[in-house]
Amino acid sequence: MRWEETVVEEATADKEDTSAPETVVQSSVPQPKDDFQEELVIRPLHSGDIYASFQFRTLWETDFMRGNKVSHYRLFPKSLGQVISKFSVRELHISFTQGYWRTMQWGQPFLPSPPGAELWVWFQDSVTDVDGTWKELTNVLSGIFCASLNFIDSTNTVQPSASFKPLGIGNVTDHRFLRYATLPREIVCTENLTPWKKLLPCGSKAGLAVLLKSEKLFHSSFHSQAVHIRPVCQDWQCKTTSWELRQTLNVVFDLHTPGQGKLEWSLFKMFSRTLTEACPLASSSKIYIDITDDPQGEQFEVSPATHLLSQAMVLGDRRTFSVYDLTQQITFGTVRSLNLLIRWKSSEDMLRPLLHAERYVAGYGLQTGEIHTLMYNNHPYRSFPVLLLDSVPWYLRLYIHTLTVTSKGKDNKPSYIHYQPSKDRVRPHLLEMLVQLPPNSVTEVTVQFERALLKWTEYTPDPNHGFYVGSSVISSLVPSIVAMDTNSTREQPLFSSFFPCKEESSYFMRVYTEPLLVNLPTPDFSMPYNVICLTCTVVAVGYGSLYNLLTRSFQIEEPSPGLAKRIANIIRKMRGVPPL
Amino acid sequence: MKILTLLSLLATHLSASSVNIEENAGQFFSSGHTNNWAVLVCTSRFWFNYRHVANTLSVYRSVKRLGIPDSHIVLMLADDMACNHRNPKPATVFSHKNMELNVYGDDVEVDYRGYEVTVENFLRVLTGRLPPSTPRSKRLLSDDRSNILIYLTGHGGNGFLKFQDSEEISNVELADAFEQMWQKRRYNELLFIIDTCQGASMYERFYSPNLMALASSQVGEDSLSHQPDLAIGVHLMDRYTFYLLEFLEDIHPSSKANMNDLFKVCPKSQCVSTPGHRTDLFLRDPGSALITDFFGSVRKVEITMETINLTEPIQQVEQNFVNEERQKETYSYVDQLPVSEIIHQKPKQKDWHPPDGFILGLWTLILLVFFKTYGMKHLKHIF
Repeated sequence: MRWEETVVEEATADKEDTSAPETVVQSSVPQPKDDFQEELVIRPLHSGDIYASFQFRTLWETDFMRGNKVSHYRLFPKSLGQVISKFSVRELHISFTQGYWRTMQWGQPFLPSPPGAELWVWFQDSVTDVDGTWKELTNVLSGIFCASLNFIDSTNTVQPSASFKPLGIGNVTDHRFLRYATLPREIVCTENLTPWKKLLPCGSKAGLAVLLKSEKLFHSSFHSQAVHIRPVCQDWQCKTTSWELRQTLNVVFDLHTPGQGKLEWSLFKMFSRTLTEACPLASSSKIYIDITDDPQGEQFEVSPATHLLSQAMVLGDRRTFSVYDLTQQITFGTVRSLNLLIRWKSSEDMLRPLLHAERYVAGYGLQTGEIHTLMYNNHPYRSFPVLLLDSVPWYLRLYIHTLTVTSKGKDNKPSYIHYQPSKDRVRPHLLEMLVQLPPNSVTEVTVQFERALLKWTEYTPDPNHGFYVGSSVISSLVPSIVAMDTNSTREQPLFSSFFPCKEESSYFMRVYTEPLLVNLPTPDFSMPYNVICLTCTVVAVGYGSLYNLLTRSFQIEEPSPGLAKRIANIIRKMRGVPPL
Repeated sequence: MKILTLLSLLATHLSASSVNIEENAGQFFSSGHTNNWAVLVCTSRFWFNYRHVANTLSVYRSVKRLGIPDSHIVLMLADDMACNHRNPKPATVFSHKNMELNVYGDDVEVDYRGYEVTVENFLRVLTGRLPPSTPRSKRLLSDDRSNILIYLTGHGGNGFLKFQDSEEISNVELADAFEQMWQKRRYNELLFIIDTCQGASMYERFYSPNLMALASSQVGEDSLSHQPDLAIGVHLMDRYTFYLLEFLEDIHPSSKANMNDLFKVCPKSQCVSTPGHRTDLFLRDPGSALITDFFGSVRKVEITMETINLTEPIQQVEQNFVNEERQKETYSYVDQLPVSEIIHQKPKQKDWHPPDGFILGLWTLILLVFFKTYGMKHLKHIF
């Protein structure tokens, strides 16, 4: 009561002193709504490793493309907001990955990513010079993420004609506004994690982000961090849009690294931290643990136990999860900290993933070679289409007339091929094919190539390491085991709502192959120095000798006389007699 | 009598301390700089040059600890040691054996890394001649009141420093770059530290004013590395920078240590090589230049008694989304793999090709005209 009175007094006092148009107590004009959610999904893998996937999502009902500039940022990071409005970006997906996802041992990831850095961007229709805007955008992003993204230029950028359709809402897809580039050589380390963490509303101080400690995250088999920005529907009617920013971090911890053989994992073992609170700015903060393989509790146990269960349709399968809600104080118990312990006993064979791909270079020598891409369809009776995107640098000259696609020994003609030949030092090869994979088969795509000789200034400082060829991207609609949920706006956990789902019987998936490491014929860089030394020596010795022989005149000189003779000559000179 | 002596002692003590305060205040305002920048460069690639990266990161750590923020530090590392696959402890770079001190830390921002560390990029950063789309974190945005610390480490020789095993920068180029900086008024005072073999040769050619230089060895001498770590398998630090790090660990932001103390770091007994320094181009007395003038970022605070009237808060105009009823189209998500649409999609041809049969028709016309004029008897020579 007394508090209310003082507030009223202050308000009246203010009114007497100054003529403020608004009172002090009333809040200002309503801001566009923004919302932040965070979640962590932990999935024990059959090989004994453990897969942890963080997702942080910020939704903001604002319009960057309208005339008046956005100036008040709350949960959405300002650096990314300025990037979106300055470069008229419709969608932006950037990922940094260290390691390669082993599909046959680990299953499918929630969000796939290729090794190195990958960036693909859809620009708005209003952009006139897409290439120039792309170059500026990569430079700005290299500053934001402390990565060498400025090496993305026309020699490694492609414009896919059918892959990488926008993941956000939009009615028009003109592929002239799409650009895709990968840097397979890019290293991911703490210097990339630091600015990534700074984009989160709570930073790394509260919520799930306290678990992101670099010394543990990079001591793993697979580490991938990504930023995805796209417009999404606000509600089921989908008449208005809001901007969604998702920051995802996937990591697979190796069973054998911490030096233990038991199948026992805890948050402290994985991240060397425990959780004490949720991010205060988050509307939802949850941990999901995948217990589908063992609902009765025979195979593995989770402690502290929870009664919250949830089911979600993800990757074509209905999975059951134990849920820990960090916004409830009761989750942390009496010790005020949450350290989940997961222990499991034995592992039976895992269901084989339906789609899997490999790629390798065959051949010998430094002149020619052959790229083989293998795609496995492990479904027993259904066939499905895949779209293969290959971007090969210009210094591997592909012979497209040797392109063969075979399944089960027979020729498999693709129903759509788009090939853009490379131009030396300007653009890479782009090959896109739509292939129907027959059930339970291996489809092999082979193409021969020849290695080009680069100019000696174009070699990297360590050319004997080899040159990288980016991963192939295989996008496909895979038949799902259970009916997928096409209602996109029901409350779904974040990990199951990334790819939009249009039909019930199949779901969209992307698989990346390994990048290739190819040796180009490397010159001996010490040879210019050797040649200069040798030539100069030969010229100096040869020309010098010849010059001396030609221009020197020889005179006969008498040897100098001894001492006695010299004294005698002096006496003779004094006497005036000619010398000896 | 006793009271008088006591009073006189007190008076002298007070006057001495007031003189001290005046001296301190005088020292505080003597340097004339208002902001601090640091450019820290490691020029070596490959795992066995771990120590050069550790050198640069230890200076980075000291400089951050003494107050220079990341936005004022340009850190260039030519290779990645922390997440290198040969590193037994990923995401760490140690400077002391037995893994005592991780100089990489948890909060590091590297501006130029890997292949970006070239002589051209280094000189562009110094002179400010960068392409317009370069982000701010990669620029040296210094002005004429900035004190800049430049630290270089790597492999060097008499008059040159090797960048990434493929190119060199010579001492003449470096001196000319500093002269460009002076002409463009890009620094107030500059401290140049170099830790390479024969490092003193790199500062022999300087000729711009307000430069002070330190090197880890004289011409003809090699700089040696400090100690290996048997678990990591490489030498962790170079001697000069190791003892420099130990010296800087004792400095705190309000320290009064000056440059003469810095010149004494790593005598010949510890370093085996003879560190050198050059102060003839520096206009102030080195004894009056504090360590924190270059390694720290001391902000000057002015206290004012004037009152400032704040303007009224800016009212944000409420954006009426409700008014735009007319343009309410329903949006939807795009089909990710529309198979039928893709199959019927014709790839757009960018290059213009002449219509089909054009070349054939052209040749027919040429042949017809030829045989018309010269007669049909030539036909048998063609077929």
